[in-house]
Amino acid sequence: MELKEKLVSSFLAFENKGGLDLDSSIHGIRTKAIQNFEQAGFPTKKDEEWKYTSLRNLLKQDFSVFPSKEDKGVGFKDIKKYLINDIESFTLVFVDGVFSSFLSDTTHEELDICVMSSALSRPKYKMIIDNYFNTIASESNSLSELNTAFTTEGAYINVPKNTVVSKPIQILSFTTGKESELLIQPRNLVIVGENSHVQIIERHQNLSSNPSLTNSVTEIFVQKRAIVDFYKIQNDSEKASLIDNTFVSQKQNSIASVHTYSFGGKLTRNNLEFYHEGEHITSHLNGISILNDKQHVDNHTLVNHKFPNCESHELYRGIFSDKSTGVFNGKVIVQKEAQKTNAFQQNNNIILDDGAAINAKPQLEIFADDVKCSHGCTIGQLDESALFYMQSRGIPKKEAKALLLFAFGNDVVEKIKIPQLKSRITKLIAKNLGVELGFDL
Amino acid sequence: MLKVNNLHANIDEKEILKGVNLEIKPGEVHAIMGPNGSGKSTLSSVIAGKEEYEVTEGSIHLDDEDLDDLAPEERAHRGIFLSFQYPVEIPGVTVTNFIKTAINESRKAKGLEELPAKDMLKMIREKADLLEIDRKFLSRSLNEGFSGGEKKRNEIFQMAMLEPKLAILDETDSGLDIDALKVVANGVNKLKSEDNAVLVITHYQRLLDYIVPDYVHVLYDGKIVKSGGKELALELEAKGYDWLK
Repeated sequence: MELKEKLVSSFLAFENKGGLDLDSSIHGIRTKAIQNFEQAGFPTKKDEEWKYTSLRNLLKQDFSVFPSKEDKGVGFKDIKKYLINDIESFTLVFVDGVFSSFLSDTTHEELDICVMSSALSRPKYKMIIDNYFNTIASESNSLSELNTAFTTEGAYINVPKNTVVSKPIQILSFTTGKESELLIQPRNLVIVGENSHVQIIERHQNLSSNPSLTNSVTEIFVQKRAIVDFYKIQNDSEKASLIDNTFVSQKQNSIASVHTYSFGGKLTRNNLEFYHEGEHITSHLNGISILNDKQHVDNHTLVNHKFPNCESHELYRGIFSDKSTGVFNGKVIVQKEAQKTNAFQQNNNIILDDGAAINAKPQLEIFADDVKCSHGCTIGQLDESALFYMQSRGIPKKEAKALLLFAFGNDVVEKIKIPQLKSRITKLIAKNLGVELGFDL
Repeated sequence: MLKVNNLHANIDEKEILKGVNLEIKPGEVHAIMGPNGSGKSTLSSVIAGKEEYEVTEGSIHLDDEDLDDLAPEERAHRGIFLSFQYPVEIPGVTVTNFIKTAINESRKAKGLEELPAKDMLKMIREKADLLEIDRKFLSRSLNEGFSGGEKKRNEIFQMAMLEPKLAILDETDSGLDIDALKVVANGVNKLKSEDNAVLVITHYQRLLDYIVPDYVHVLYDGKIVKSGGKELALELEAKGYDWLK
């Protein structure tokens, strides 16, 4: 049976045995979502937004849709290296889609850092769920709809107003390979109240060599004057694929940044969408992709400017070697009302080998007349004259290359506001480029 | 120290150097002058080992070692330094980190331990002071947003740190006003000793007022057509290059 049929036919069973005591509005949302998914199906290359990313081979695998709930025997020692563990943090750890309270550090004091399953099932959260859940996730995105239909678990973070969350929150989602081919669909909801500030680090990690597919949806609501920094570490094994759908809704004077570091994984697709719901909003979208072998990453971004006096800054850098491939599709819409918009987009790529490729497509749709918008897209090779310069100072070619590539990614790394995370990302980059640097950049 | 013998070099199958002979001994300052397109920069790039150029005939020896098979970094490790006409900007790598990497790579190639951080810092400070370089400058990204003068001064700073046997200064005067020129020339003169040598490549005579050469050579159409003492530079300044054709 094809995966689509399997999912659709599992839906009823899922609704019946879900084990969650859900009110009818959630049932309604789910039912509608599965209908939308059934109608649209998985995207194919005929779909303009999926022209350069094919899910076909991936979907041929016989993914289990429901992981078993038995204890997978994952302990702290197994996950330690995937944590940024030299900082104090709240942690939410999921193993094969199931929350592990044993490995997590949650809170309900002053703010809620807990899980979607309780938010969806407990009456005290009903109003919040009704107001926020699935309100910005796009109905035209069939993968997001699929996630909605099967929503069970994920992170639920609700920061009340005037709260600076004292330490970063780490969300880690592991697959163990106990089910040989597993599909998991984490669902995160993040609400950041007025004047509040939160930093979140998210990571997906396959602990085995069995294939996994993660179809994740995150909705982030940023209220007036709030600040959110969201870091996504995508450095998964060669058998792991990820479809990340992240939707950000911002109110006036808020600042939201989403940083995406794609260093590994078989196939990674990021759908990142920003919606403005007020004036004087700032949005930052930063990304670095460093890929090798036959890895594929596809960054699809959207910033929808609907109000005047807002700005967006987008900077994506990519380094592609071997037969790796990349897609950058950055759409910026400036609606008629959104006068005095500043929207900047940069996408720079370096291709290191003949077999590597990048398809880059900046898309600006500007309907207002008093705006400053720019986009720049470059695809090139490593600068030979810079290499010669460094070699002439005694730096061997391999190290010179690495240093140049580091420098190329540096603008993006510089934007990381958590020093320990910055040093971790720097190390990951060094590892991916196959060099030891004698210093931290 | 440096012996260039009947050197022919091509780029994209076009012959640029057509039989250059040059010998430089320790303690000497040589200048190569010549009109645009005569092959001056090609000569410096070929000595430094730039891969785009193909040596088709002749040889380059440093201290009796044939450089032909050596990569640019290996030539650097043996004591050749090329100061670039257009130093490359490397955002994200500070002057200090760059020079640390360069020095330690060079030490590694010679089988030495990395220089301890404390000694490195001391050396960096000494050389910066010698060249009157503001220490703040050292934590800036390499050449990024540097003025022409700062770029050239940074080149001389790296030269001071790497202590080469042979320093080749390729059009170091281009883009410099007279004050910046003096500072750079002064730096080179301070680093000059009986054991090292300098090859100045320049279009104009004015740099040679400050870095005084022992020998001046005129490169024309890929060959050295005339050699002489420092007075030759003045003659060229007065008469141009046409009389040598």
